[in-house]
Amino acid sequence: MSAEDQSAPSEQSIVAYDRGAAIEQSDGFSNPGLPPHRPRQTDLHPAKERRAERQVVAWFLLSMLGSVLAIVAYIAVPIEPGNMGSVRANNLFLGLAIALALLGVGIGGMHWARQLMSSHEVVEERHLSRGSEKSRARAVEIFELGDQESGFSRRTLIRNTLIGAVAIMPLPAIVLFRDLAPAADAVDSIAHTMWTEGERLALDPTGTPIRADDVTIGSAFHVIPESLKDLGHDEGYLDQKALAAVLLMRLPVDRLKEAPGREGWSYDGIVAYSKICTHVGCPVALYEQQTHHLLCPCHQSTFDVTEHAKVVFGPAKRPLPQLPITVDAEGYLIAQRDFTEPIGPSFWERLNHIDPDHVPVSAAETETRA
Amino acid sequence: MTATTARPSLTAKASNYLDERTSMSTLVATLGRKVFPDHWSFMLGEIILYSFVAILLSGTFLTFFFEPSMTEVFYDGSYAPLKGLAMSAAYASALDISFDIRGGLLMRQLHHWSALLFIAAIGLHMLRVFFTGAFRKPREINWVVGFILFILALAEGFTGYSLPDDLLSGNGLAIINGMVKGIPIVGTWISYLLFGGVFPGDDIVPRLFVLHIMLLPALVIAFIGIHLVLMVINKHTQFAGPGKTNDNVVGAPIMPLFAAKAGSFFFIVFGALVAIASTFTILPLWEYGPYDPSPVSAGTQPDWYIGFADGALRLMPGWESEILGWTVSWNILIPIAVLGLFIVLAMVYPFIEQWITGDKREHHIAERPRNNPTRTAIGAAGVWFYAIMWAAASSDLIATHFRLNVFHVTYALQAMLIVGTVIVYWLTKRIAIGLQKKDREILLHGYESGRIVRRPGGEFVEVHQPLDEYEAWKLKAYESYAPVMVRPNAKGKITPATHLRAALTRWFFEDRVSPVTPRELEVAKQHDDH
Ligand code: FES
Repeated sequence: MSAEDQSAPSEQSIVAYDRGAAIEQSDGFSNPGLPPHRPRQTDLHPAKERRAERQVVAWFLLSMLGSVLAIVAYIAVPIEPGNMGSVRANNLFLGLAIALALLGVGIGGMHWARQLMSSHEVVEERHLSRGSEKSRARAVEIFELGDQESGFSRRTLIRNTLIGAVAIMPLPAIVLFRDLAPAADAVDSIAHTMWTEGERLALDPTGTPIRADDVTIGSAFHVIPESLKDLGHDEGYLDQKALAAVLLMRLPVDRLKEAPGREGWSYDGIVAYSKICTHVGCPVALYEQQTHHLLCPCHQSTFDVTEHAKVVFGPAKRPLPQLPITVDAEGYLIAQRDFTEPIGPSFWERLNHIDPDHVPVSAAETETRA
Repeated sequence: MTATTARPSLTAKASNYLDERTSMSTLVATLGRKVFPDHWSFMLGEIILYSFVAILLSGTFLTFFFEPSMTEVFYDGSYAPLKGLAMSAAYASALDISFDIRGGLLMRQLHHWSALLFIAAIGLHMLRVFFTGAFRKPREINWVVGFILFILALAEGFTGYSLPDDLLSGNGLAIINGMVKGIPIVGTWISYLLFGGVFPGDDIVPRLFVLHIMLLPALVIAFIGIHLVLMVINKHTQFAGPGKTNDNVVGAPIMPLFAAKAGSFFFIVFGALVAIASTFTILPLWEYGPYDPSPVSAGTQPDWYIGFADGALRLMPGWESEILGWTVSWNILIPIAVLGLFIVLAMVYPFIEQWITGDKREHHIAERPRNNPTRTAIGAAGVWFYAIMWAAASSDLIATHFRLNVFHVTYALQAMLIVGTVIVYWLTKRIAIGLQKKDREILLHGYESGRIVRRPGGEFVEVHQPLDEYEAWKLKAYESYAPVMVRPNAKGKITPATHLRAALTRWFFEDRVSPVTPRELEVAKQHDDH
């Protein structure tokens, strides 16, 4: 214990704190006190002191130079439109000059402080953080006076109604925030996508419709509804795209293990799945041709396309929703209908929006629902 | 002011002018010679403050040019590859700042680098405070204030990251959207309100902008103010050393030495940040392109400080239940709960430890981590837990870099998260106790001087040199605790809490190493002399 050798101030002796599990070390060692002050080279040799002084001045001068150079660089190294090199040069020279201006002051000042300012250690007494006994007593007195003069604890009805009024006051804030979003229902607006019967599958981002013949085995297409391209950004282009984005793949027909009831959802080995991960909604963008796995780059959820994109690894639980497709008279791929379940990450009300025509993929999925 | 000369100097006059209107002299008199102890680890807090100033200055510059709007524009700036593309005004103006405004790129990179340093320094500062027990009474409240600052800093980082509306930031928001939707009952609606409709909508950038430049900075500044005022009131801790006691503070006075050092250090930190910003590219957002919900590239990373949350999501198995027709996403809720619990436990740790030790005294001596092995081990286990979640955020990069299967990397990290944390706890405790034993050895028998002498008997021995009394004091001076006994309280009852406390003190202090006593030293000396 270090406190023993110091005569504690009288104020502190009044307050005896519980030391709890700490061991009293009555026979402790005594603090040897501050070691003798060691003078620096600059204290001992006037020549070194003068040298340190010159160094500090030199740094300050360098700083001035840096400031001037920064202005020069701003004018002399302009950005030429379209020239990446000029952007980099401007950034480099302007930055380094400003850095010199700042570092000059910093290093010079630090050198001054360390080499030339008094280095004697100063000792200051500590006191307990609590106020003095006198001020504590006065504080209590003031509170009591306040209570008496206002009658705060005596007039209980006034007090309680006041507390009640203040407690209820924030409630309007809750309704105030409703109009952060449009009046429509939150759940309805994410339960459906743009896909409708007959909507052509088109390439992302050009919007060119895709013919079934163009989809070769092993290829994967990033797909949007054909009519999406007519939407402007201010008409919800990105919002609709975030719901309707689809991946299209063609597998050898014998590799597809189609569940009963879903046989009609693919066309000649071509399958379409929502691109939005059922974990937290990243685009599932990586397709491995050999294994027919889809990999989500965000948290590595892996979906097996041969088995209706069921999860084979990762934090996602549900398979990617499948878009039932077919071809139209001209051979273009079209949607049979919208997805039969909400796409993307799970949400609380999800099950209320599963279409009666939905065909669950695996036993595992039906099991938990039962 | 004592102006003895007939004509007071200009400074004297100015000081007098101020004092007569503000009573400034009282402030100078009380604070001017306050003492600050010196130790390299105490500079971490300063780095936080100074990088925050750099953030404020560069950020203000950026607001002059940034347009926080998701209105569609067609890019017409000087970066050729994106010319003519439809994008939000926010992204377009971020490109303009980078390519068409002199010094704009510098300020953007300075802002980002300063933010990274800000958060890194906060993390290290918190570790320093934790491992030295500097959170003990009277500084528990300041620990909590600092912790709130840490959370605010993360919020600042996240909102800032989302503003440029490039592909990366949009993907970050997509993940947030998915996580929010996983919250039971209200999640769908919170997401809907947050994004102003369906994700991504066109409201989120201006909303986050207001938080990023107004509400959050105001809170940060307010809490920094509280943090510093409390530090001045409590005075800074110091490490045990000769002449340093629990009742004094030894170091440099604010005027002039500490002020000069701290002021210079500000310019050094600021200057170093500008130097980094001018030489190292950070967040080349022109390479990512505008946000589009469809494309994403492999290996996209969140800023490193958000990594632990992303890693927690990756390590979680895909659990989800459907209960009474409602969907409960455990794969999102459990990571959120674990992170929340981790943060809350760290925040209230000072109160837990104080309840266990029952020590109500003020502590101003920063402990050496080895002298509190259990706390140090808890801290190390916490660091490990955090680090593994953080590493998990790069599981795909680890896998590709070391040519491993990403599934196996994930399984390994899951095991390391749970088993590793226990091992790290145990190992750290053993190491700390070992170091304490070594300290005892050195105190009792001196250190190995490297000088070999030949005894009269012919054998060779290495001379052990005793420590000088100043060095020795650093090893002698520490607090020691013992497990408490289960004793009835004032009412003669033994409550379950008493049992719990006794058990916890046993866990904390059972295998402690007590400090050397003068008697032991005496005995050891006599023994060594023979
Ligand atoms: S969003 Fe796809 S795995 Fe998390």
